[in-house]
Amino acid sequence: MGMTMTQKILARHAGLEKVVAGQLIEADLDLVLGNDITTPPALKVFEETGAGTVFDVEKVAIVPDHFTPNKDIQSAEQAKRIRLFARAQGIVNYYEQGEMEMGIEHVVLPENGLVAPGDCIIGADSHTCTYGALGAFATGVGSTDMACGMATGTAWFRVPEAIRFELVGKPSAWVTGKDVILHIIGLIGVDGALYESMEFTGPGVAELSMEDRFTIANMAIEAGGKNGIFPVDEKTLAYLEKYAPKRLTAGTYRIFRADDDARYAATHTIDLAKVPPTVSFPHLPSNAKALGTFPEVAIDQVVIGSCTNGRIGDMRMARRILKGRKVAKGVRCIVIPGSQKVYLQCVREGIAEDLVEAGAVFSAPTCGPCLGGHMGILAEGERCVSTTNRNFVGRMGHIRSEVYLASVPVAAASAVAGRIAGPDEIGVRKEG
Amino acid sequence: MKATGTVFKYGSNVDTDVIIPARYLNLSEASQLAKYCMIDLDPTFVQRVKPGDILVAGPNFGCGSSREHAPMAIKAAGISCVIAPTFARIFYRNAINMGLPILESAEAAAAIAEGDTVEIDFDTGRIADATTGKTYQAQPFPPFLQRIMESGGLVGYVKAKRAAGKKG
Ligand code: SF4
Repeated sequence: MGMTMTQKILARHAGLEKVVAGQLIEADLDLVLGNDITTPPALKVFEETGAGTVFDVEKVAIVPDHFTPNKDIQSAEQAKRIRLFARAQGIVNYYEQGEMEMGIEHVVLPENGLVAPGDCIIGADSHTCTYGALGAFATGVGSTDMACGMATGTAWFRVPEAIRFELVGKPSAWVTGKDVILHIIGLIGVDGALYESMEFTGPGVAELSMEDRFTIANMAIEAGGKNGIFPVDEKTLAYLEKYAPKRLTAGTYRIFRADDDARYAATHTIDLAKVPPTVSFPHLPSNAKALGTFPEVAIDQVVIGSCTNGRIGDMRMARRILKGRKVAKGVRCIVIPGSQKVYLQCVREGIAEDLVEAGAVFSAPTCGPCLGGHMGILAEGERCVSTTNRNFVGRMGHIRSEVYLASVPVAAASAVAGRIAGPDEIGVRKEG
Repeated sequence: MKATGTVFKYGSNVDTDVIIPARYLNLSEASQLAKYCMIDLDPTFVQRVKPGDILVAGPNFGCGSSREHAPMAIKAAGISCVIAPTFARIFYRNAINMGLPILESAEAAAAIAEGDTVEIDFDTGRIADATTGKTYQAQPFPPFLQRIMESGGLVGYVKAKRAAGKKG
């Protein structure tokens, strides 16, 4: 019996010829990640291990992105602790606000060339699964795993089974990777892929941009998945050429393919042409509904950004819809680029100007409202359409506030309409 | 090892945002976090919970973020064990890594009621509901994970391995 793509990567990093689902292994790590929330508890644990120094100063990344620029004294103290640690250890990939490498962790790590196909990565952040878009095995862990990973360069894993998503067809106008993943989570539920990897294959993959793939892999955890992973194709290699040229020329990457006889727990065929623009209602990402199938929902806020949809393509899409139009009276539209590079690009291309003229708030990169941190917290009873990835109770503020997850085109159009709406409803012409 | 306590029962998909909301994540001390444990789901939990009490919940317990603050808050609140049919995977590994006992049993999770007195034997995985007189058998941990738990969590395991490495 053959191995899935994920199993092959894990076997390789465990120094084994073969692994089977359920097997417990210890694997070598190519990268260990932490942020300003998960790193402080990890520092205490790291000290307890007695290691003293991290296993490799180039293979640890620490990104203070959640409560930064520091929103209060306590978060400033947390950020200071990790800054001092990074300095003392000589961590190469530690970034400070304003540096060109800075931004939301899952946007900047690939942008900074730290992820390549075949890598084995753990991050003390659940959306570490984002990097599967590049054909790497990447999974979210806790602070103790981060600490022990920094100390030893290894982690334990239970080899997962996989669910295969065979993508066919081509997405229709205004349908993005976000709609695809919300649709899939609606189909299988928030624990539909519990303990399992989600492997995306089929001819439909070629129809998805790298940004679509990042968005889809990002939300694998929202279906309970251990990781989400895409095969490596020309688009992946073109992305690496742009963002990770060193890894590409040094050849320090490896393309794995699932064996033809790999075993899957289930296979779902997803016809991309049939995926509708999709909105996930409160309070679970699996409450997915097709746009146009529900009664009017008036809104108070729109958030465009996060590690799910904070890339340059997302910003260009927001501009496409908001340029020359106005955010509806009474609605706050908050647009947050995912990284300093995306932010600069928005300034260069005039996106920032168009968004501000439309009446949007345009901010420097941060997680901010995505986790109810700062920069757009909701009051009791308020409703927000958000391009982020979670709509749990209280996620963006008051426990009686509501978050509706959507794509960038739907979020931007909703900002103009003052209610959940698609681009067609506010008179934006179809693409192409 | 054994535990006895009163049961707090919750539904399915109890997520890390209700176990410990992000607005408290600027804290990293376990005793501080424990004060806000489950606050958005059950604001009375912290006042009512006593050391040794047991959490029983539906499937996919602990879904959402990777915050170790969640199992940390539960452990520091005094909970001796969480029983659920399934756990979200990051919560599962965090619990093992930090030595918070968790048991998977769909039967026990469905049948045990709020307020029941429950006794757990961690060595055998046996769960006994003293209120109803019923017993349940949970899946025991595989040996590798038992080793981690026996070392007092992942740190103990790493330390032991480092010590062995130095000798060799
Ligand atoms: S943007 Fe949101 S989901 Fe992504 S890392 Fe930040 S808080 Fe987490």
